Amino acid sequence: MAGPQGTQPRTSTPLAIEAVGIVKSFPGVIANDHVDFDLRVGEIHALLGENGAGKSTLMNVLAGLYRPDEGEIRVGGEPVQLRSPRDAIAAGIGMVHQHFALVPSQTVAENVLLGLDRPRFRLDLKRTEAEIMSLATDIGLRVEPSARIWQLSIGEQQRVEIVKMLFHGARILILDEPTAVLAPQETAELFENLRALTDAARSIIFISHKLGEVLSIADRITVMRAGKVTAAGLEPEGVTRADLARRMVGRPVLESLERTKVEPGAVVLSVEDVTALNDRGLPALRGVSLQVHAGEIVGIAAVAGNGQSELAQVITGLRACTGRVVVDGRDIAAGPVRAAIESGVGHVPEDRAGVGSAPNLSLIDNLIMRRFRQQPITRGPFLDASAARSKAQTLQGAYEISAPTLDTPVRILSGGNLQRLILAREIDAAPRLLVAVQPTRGLDVGAIEGIHQLLLDLREQGAAILLISEELEELLALADRILVMYEGQVTTAVERPSAADIDAIGLHMMGGEGADSAIDRASTVG
Amino acid sequence: MIVRLEPRATAPRWLQAALTLAAIVVALAIGAVILAFVGGDPVRAYLHIFDAAFGDIGVLSDTLVKATPLILTGLACALAFRMRLWNIGAEGQFLLGAWGAGAIVLVPILPAGMPAFVVIPAMMVAGALAGGAWAFIPGILKARLGVNEIITTLMLNYIALAWLQFWVFGPWSEGGFQQTGPFPREAWLPRLTDFAAQIPVLAGLTTHLGLVFALVATAIMSVVLSRTRWGYEMRLIGDNARAARYAGINVAKYVIVVFVISGALAGLAGMSEVSGVVHRLQDRISPGYGFTAIIIAYLARLGPWRVVLASILFGALILAGREIQPSGVPAMIQGIILFCLIASDVLLRYRVRVGRPAEATATAPT
Ligand SMILES: Nc1ncnc2c1ncn2[C@@H]1O[C@H](COP(=O)(O)OP(=O)(O)OP(=O)(O)O)[C@@H](O)[C@H]1O
Ligand SMILES: [Mg+2]
Repeated sequence: MAGPQGTQPRTSTPLAIEAVGIVKSFPGVIANDHVDFDLRVGEIHALLGENGAGKSTLMNVLAGLYRPDEGEIRVGGEPVQLRSPRDAIAAGIGMVHQHFALVPSQTVAENVLLGLDRPRFRLDLKRTEAEIMSLATDIGLRVEPSARIWQLSIGEQQRVEIVKMLFHGARILILDEPTAVLAPQETAELFENLRALTDAARSIIFISHKLGEVLSIADRITVMRAGKVTAAGLEPEGVTRADLARRMVGRPVLESLERTKVEPGAVVLSVEDVTALNDRGLPALRGVSLQVHAGEIVGIAAVAGNGQSELAQVITGLRACTGRVVVDGRDIAAGPVRAAIESGVGHVPEDRAGVGSAPNLSLIDNLIMRRFRQQPITRGPFLDASAARSKAQTLQGAYEISAPTLDTPVRILSGGNLQRLILAREIDAAPRLLVAVQPTRGLDVGAIEGIHQLLLDLREQGAAILLISEELEELLALADRILVMYEGQVTTAVERPSAADIDAIGLHMMGGEGADSAIDRASTVG
Repeated sequence: MIVRLEPRATAPRWLQAALTLAAIVVALAIGAVILAFVGGDPVRAYLHIFDAAFGDIGVLSDTLVKATPLILTGLACALAFRMRLWNIGAEGQFLLGAWGAGAIVLVPILPAGMPAFVVIPAMMVAGALAGGAWAFIPGILKARLGVNEIITTLMLNYIALAWLQFWVFGPWSEGGFQQTGPFPREAWLPRLTDFAAQIPVLAGLTTHLGLVFALVATAIMSVVLSRTRWGYEMRLIGDNARAARYAGINVAKYVIVVFVISGALAGLAGMSEVSGVVHRLQDRISPGYGFTAIIIAYLARLGPWRVVLASILFGALILAGREIQPSGVPAMIQGIILFCLIASDVLLRYRVRVGRPAEATATAPT
């Protein structure tokens, strides 16, 4: 295994930032254990590692959010003390967190100004907007300074975060899993932007769990495991995904899965001519009908914003709709959410921090969230604390959720561990129907393998699964049938999809004309 | 030397308690400095306040009398605040509760001559219902239309006062005075002094049954919040309403129900005050209990038993205000306590670092 040696720059490119011997421990864990890391000016340095490896912690140290217990940070060769994000920004370091910190009701320009000391007295928005515009166009980022945040897609919001950091003077950008929330096309666009940034002498640290992506964009790659660096500054040439996966997880990872044949059973979910509005009051679903059988995984492929999020919400009772949503013969379209839960509908929501969990409550409280009404946790009006604790303990063990204690607030869990908690809760309830939206978002390759296996097991046990994912590869690996959604409608169905269908599905996702014949050909051949 | 604040991820539990106590101590110290500055003797003033509030069993009883409405209104606020419902209308709900209780004997709803064990429960129910109904208004507006509850509850306080004034100046006025006639004895909550015939030491002690209501309410609320499904659901809503909805909880219903219960507690405080202390209706039955309750809920960090402790402290300060000159001192201290508490929150969320200036500044590149 490669040691943490070899951090000396092999070229003469100056270092933008250098972290030496960083130690950061939290009660019960050493999140960073003598970590060395460096970033050259103008490079994209990818940071990889399994869930809870300490990547976000290291980045938070560099961004001034955490103080390291030991170690030194040098910016441009000079040692610096970063006591707050303000210090970090003063030193030219800006971090874009996975959960954006934008005010939805305000404009881009207003959000960009947040946290700046200026303007002292009078806000000249017009001038700021012009400044933002010129900064953005200089670097080649498209933003609309007067647009309001809520009107923007996730990818656009992310761009606003980046522009905000640049406007605040950042020359070193830290992006914590930026692509986890992006659709493939948005990712491609982000990568173009990142290249433009490095051309403009900005340096970027980029965290991702997607190995292919890392190999395509990174100039160098560092891998962490259990708080330590296991490979420092690898050049991507000659490195394979399997190599990276092994270094991350410490064992070989199978990227393909065993699928047993399951004869689909009775119809579990039947969505009939459903229409619904999105948050802005515009039509999001226009007459969607689909069925999912017991023992079947149906995948939904769509570009973000084509109604797939709303579809998940409608089925799980979170969004009002017209039409019928029938689960095991019971129409639950009229809500409430509880009717869906009681009909055995599990839901892995898209927004794990905002919807799927209560950040300041404990692991226990979060693990019982959807089942606290059942025996043995509920006893009359009382909740049985010890039953809840033992349930939580079992789940924590079975799904390897790493956290200091069961009473820890879940907000301090690493991103992947929070996702595991939600999956544990929803899968363990043995749902009749599981609506899983991006279930492996933010998980490391090892965990993805585990979750895929769990979903396949669930299918084998006769559950119906509706899998909404932006990863076509994930859909191909798991789905028995893929439905493509475009502008609020199911436009195409692909039976027993295979890798040969990727292009056709991609075309349909873009609403492409003439894609039909491609699909027809693909499915008759496959 | 330079002092810097650093955000902290989590704050230990003991720190909250320690900071709350420290805030009170610092507030008393600031008060002492001001007293000394204006030529008073702070030590004597504090001893006097302490004496006037806890010095003997008589004043201790008076302190508890003052604490009683504070506990109930404090619980009302704490309950609502836990769900992040900013009910600052406990004052109005208190007044409505007093009015509702009074209506039982003043309308009269119950015929004269009914025994106390009928009249008093009827007044309790009426008081709680009136307070609850008053709070239902902001509750439903919030749940159905998303109307900001701070504004509605605040404005309803003024309407409640005007409503009470209308009845005590008008239909129920006793001979044109701004108060009603005294309630019949059956409408009085039993006081300790009522038992002086059997137990002579109780003579003159005005602590009344309302204190028992308050303590029972505290106990119930404490159990409900920590042990029951409802407490769990409220915790979920208070932390993340969207997650609560996802967990199948009817959040809108909770908003309404919690508002009504909060109002009922404040209404019960109003009933307890008119039935246990004032024994008639008048427009000045509250020296701002419903507003002090906000500070108390905050000081207690929304814990029911801590509300009792904080209420006793504030009961003492209110009582002392009547006793000592200048009487503004206890009110000033109340205000300073609130300021210190709010300030201490900073320490809960941030860690203070002291360092030399050279070390503290980051050297920016370029
Ligand atoms: N504020 C905190 N308090 C206590 N423990 C923490 C805190 N922040 C992180 N941890 C713990 O430190 C470890 C590393 O977490 P970190 O968030 O850095 O992981 P990560 O590499 O970013 O993982 P992921 O890929 O899942 O996002 C985890 O065990 C986590 O539970
Ligand atoms: Mg992370």
